[in-house]
Amino acid sequence: MFLIPDSVVRFFHRLASPPHFYAFTEQLMPWLAAAFLLVTLAGLYGGLYLAPPDYQQGDSYRIIYIHVPSAWMSLFIYVIMAIAGAIGLIWRIKLAEIVAISSAPVGAGFTFIALVTGSLWGKPMWGTWWVWDARLTSELILLFLYLGVIGLYGAIEDKRVASKAVAILALVGVVNIPIIHYSVEWWNTLHQGPTVTKMDKPSIHVTMLVPLLLMALSFKLYYLIAMLQRARTELLRRERNSQWVRTMVVENEQ
Amino acid sequence: MSLLQAFFAIIRRDLILALRRRSEIVNPLLFFILVITLFPLGIGAQPLLLKAIAPGIIWVSALLAALLSLDSLFRSDFDDGSLEQMLLSVHPASVLVLGKIIAHWLVTGLPLLIIAPLLAVFLGLPNHAVGILLLTLLLGTPVLSLIGAIGVALTVGLRRGGMILSLLVLPLYVPVLIFAGNAVEMAGAGLPVHAQISILIAILLIALVLAPWPTAAALKMSIN
Repeated sequence: MFLIPDSVVRFFHRLASPPHFYAFTEQLMPWLAAAFLLVTLAGLYGGLYLAPPDYQQGDSYRIIYIHVPSAWMSLFIYVIMAIAGAIGLIWRIKLAEIVAISSAPVGAGFTFIALVTGSLWGKPMWGTWWVWDARLTSELILLFLYLGVIGLYGAIEDKRVASKAVAILALVGVVNIPIIHYSVEWWNTLHQGPTVTKMDKPSIHVTMLVPLLLMALSFKLYYLIAMLQRARTELLRRERNSQWVRTMVVENEQ
Repeated sequence: MSLLQAFFAIIRRDLILALRRRSEIVNPLLFFILVITLFPLGIGAQPLLLKAIAPGIIWVSALLAALLSLDSLFRSDFDDGSLEQMLLSVHPASVLVLGKIIAHWLVTGLPLLIIAPLLAVFLGLPNHAVGILLLTLLLGTPVLSLIGAIGVALTVGLRRGGMILSLLVLPLYVPVLIFAGNAVEMAGAGLPVHAQISILIAILLIALVLAPWPTAAALKMSIN
């Protein structure tokens, strides 16, 4: 702690208090939205117009600008969820619990998008909608893990208890994800199944790489916006009996 | 009472309870046999096809039987309040929970091993693969109980935890299914299976060390 400047520590302590978090994110939202729009438009323009067609796949490879960032996000969000859950479990910070559970539906959405776009991409490339390819399969299992988290949270009435349950489950999942991933990968190589002609990965050209990174940044911003909005509503629902919510509502009505 | 005594006392208590209520032992076993009987009826009595998919069928059925038996792990103790007393005791909850899981495996997992050779014959699994099948069941079913215990502990306080339990637990069973099924398949083809068995042992050891903690934490959460 002594390595971190005092002002930063104070900033995070203040952020952990619900009224302050609510007000701060409200101010933050327009900036995030503007940044998201800007980066997304730049990324799409770069990806759909500026980047040259692939020498093998033509224009159909352009789905990569949706598919790959979603796949990255699906794992990224799960890790964030587990970390936030652990913080909530250890330090009993209410906001960390809310961040953890607010991340789950967004993560499930990205996982679903990665699966659907992968399937759409697979049709022209592999000639079939679905192959039991290692990555597709572990992505599918990741989707089930997300749905388990969402389902468990919905099933428990007391939301404080539900947050704890979700945190434990997310931590168990995060230990298991590498095991599942490698077992699925190994299963596939052992089976020698339908020979999936994966594109050999040529070092990706910079005109393709920059839009890809821009799209990855854009998806991160989207996640931040969506997660914060969910967290804000969840916060209001949980704190509906507290004084600061009441005064805020009264002020808004006047 | 020392920790070790408490640990064995819990195993002994659960075994006695299970022997008094034999349906808990018999039900998963019957389910295991029934599911496997359904496959030939569903896909036709084609010996070659059945032989090819026998390892997968047996392991998937074992998975489902384990899932079905999970509910009895903490249910009665949760209902009559003895689980609460257990968590209040001076001993670490994770060790006591491990005792309960071991007793549960002895009652529901071990019988699967005894009946499995018969089912292997039903499906025409080659004789030299039966030994490996038993070995994978011996190494794999404890993992199913250990991982399943986390899921049960999370859902034991819920009135309708059954559906959500399968969603929580089945994805985590994937690695065991992959390596165990693959080992039996390879053994049937006369290939070496050291790698798969080593990995199953590794998974078992990891689960044995790590699983009791989240289980104990989840139980404390459910008791509240």
